[in-house]
Amino acid sequence: MYRRMVQIRHFEEHAAEAYAQAKVGGFLHLYIGEEAVAVGAIAAVREEDHVLGHYRDHGYALAKGCDPQACMAELFGRETGLCHGRGGSMHLAEASRHYWGGYAIVGSHIPIGAGMAYAMQYLEQPEVVLDFFGDGATGNGIFHEGLNMAALWNLPVVFICENNLYGMGATLAEESPVRDMIIKAEGYTMPSVQCDGMDVLSVYEAVQKAAAHCRSGRGPYFVEALTYRFRGHSMADPELYRDKDEVTRWKALDPIPKFGEFCVEHRISSEQELAQVKEEVEAEMLEAVRFADQSPWPDPATVDQWIYANPIDPEAIAAEPGQQSQAEG
Amino acid sequence: MAEISYRQAVRDAMREEMLRDPRVILMGESITGYGGSYAVTKGLIDEFGPRRVMETPIAEAGIVGFAVGAAMGGLIPVAELMTVNFALLALDQVVNSAAKFHYMFGGQWSVPLVVRTVSGFGQLGPTHSQSFEGWFASVPGLKVVMPATPADAKGLLLAAIRDPDPVIFIEHSLLYSTRGEVPISAPGDGEVPIGQAKVVREGSDVTLVGYSRMLLQALHAAEVLEREDGISCEVVDLRTLRPLDYPTVVNSVRRTHRLVLCGEDWRTGGFGASLLSEMHDRCFDDLDAPIQRVAMRDIPLPYSRELEKLLIPSSEDIVTSVRRLS
Repeated sequence: MYRRMVQIRHFEEHAAEAYAQAKVGGFLHLYIGEEAVAVGAIAAVREEDHVLGHYRDHGYALAKGCDPQACMAELFGRETGLCHGRGGSMHLAEASRHYWGGYAIVGSHIPIGAGMAYAMQYLEQPEVVLDFFGDGATGNGIFHEGLNMAALWNLPVVFICENNLYGMGATLAEESPVRDMIIKAEGYTMPSVQCDGMDVLSVYEAVQKAAAHCRSGRGPYFVEALTYRFRGHSMADPELYRDKDEVTRWKALDPIPKFGEFCVEHRISSEQELAQVKEEVEAEMLEAVRFADQSPWPDPATVDQWIYANPIDPEAIAAEPGQQSQAEG
Repeated sequence: MAEISYRQAVRDAMREEMLRDPRVILMGESITGYGGSYAVTKGLIDEFGPRRVMETPIAEAGIVGFAVGAAMGGLIPVAELMTVNFALLALDQVVNSAAKFHYMFGGQWSVPLVVRTVSGFGQLGPTHSQSFEGWFASVPGLKVVMPATPADAKGLLLAAIRDPDPVIFIEHSLLYSTRGEVPISAPGDGEVPIGQAKVVREGSDVTLVGYSRMLLQALHAAEVLEREDGISCEVVDLRTLRPLDYPTVVNSVRRTHRLVLCGEDWRTGGFGASLLSEMHDRCFDDLDAPIQRVAMRDIPLPYSRELEKLLIPSSEDIVTSVRRLS
């Protein structure tokens, strides 16, 4: 888990640098500060369990084991990217790992996660779904529609609300009548728990319990992780809505050194070993950037590829011999 | 062949696909005990039970989002949105989820989903009498189907359920009780391919293009024009709006040199507007007269019977348009 958190941190620091060099375009939303949530939650479930995340999605992809090179190449818009440059930073996904992607219309993937959980229940498969979103999503109707259905049909989905106190530039007090998001789950009779999103073990424990609940057929579970993003909403954010002291206070709770100290204290790893991890990860991410930078652009001839899984071309059908009479039949 | 109603044709397609493939599920508002707002799903709950015929909360966006997720998880959902007016609440899930995932995630998975919904009017007032096929048809990634006859309703719905892409299947409330011949040699037979228009009446003087209810209006107009004016109309049923079978329409215009587009949606930005522009590009040199359009005037459809009558596009409007050409 330590390595995974360091991977996300270093990946994003390099992504930010590449963004500053205009090698990454569009929007870039950094997860820095919140790494413990994705890492703790995903480590707590099985490899085959399904994960859906929101637009701040690099953390889920890396925590699910996606190749940092393919992730970075996606940010660079290259053919070698996870989605061949069609999705970009907000839409990393790797279905074969059951990482179903970053969804960038806030809250839209909440019923999607519930629907996927219904498929698991219907097909009698043991997998559960982890569906991540932020505090901001809880103000949207789709959040309530998704929770309502999941509770109504007793579905194996863990809703994980990352409460980082801000919906883009709106403070929690401006966007929600309640500070604790678990209160919103109560109306749907959904069991819930709050955990320390700056502590990977706290998240791990909460999600482990939630997933076991789901897997035993007892329906959905709601986990609220109290966390904080150290960077702005996106690279374009001047952060006028929060004061520097608050950011400094939260930075003192950085989940990476915190878990590092825990590992040293409990003799799980030595300081040298942790330093070694950082060095290795840094080399890995430098390689990811080099790979992305040197990767080819997608072939222009493929720009209309994948609009459909089953493309139907009436022009081609009309050109086939014998089709004319059928069309007139 | 058997003569059945459009409603029965839609129901038969769902039932036969559910019998063929256990992954096919239905979901929608009041589709179980009530049988659906237009009684299309009536009886299916008794045959297939609540796991396969799901009564949903009144939550259109949630229904489509849930169906997208169920499709990603390995099912084939057919989601009913009670009318196309309510489908607007689900527009985000249709456009940003269903239509995008295959492309945006680099072809990793598709969304085999059918969204069934209904156009129509009949003193239902401004919020319940609209046609939005043009909006759906403007979105790459969607397939949009609007059948006019029972045979096409059944055949195209079979094709839609079997298709790996999201299909918006728009029925018409005023067609449900119409009847027509449907092939029934064996369950699941009679699939009609998506993306193929059909010349339903041959003619030499003018091409009338319609779909859904306006196809019937066009056929009626063709009879009137033949009888009263001696004008021979060719009538083309688009059946699928996206992908649109331009070759069949173009070939017809090459024979008749005149074209009238018949739709029920608003004139400004309606489906016919984009069709007209494309036909202009494709066969300007074949045309002997400007393309005519029959469409709804840009007015919300009022409740009052006498006001509503003024606005609904009809066969008389088509007759008038054709006479204007000659």
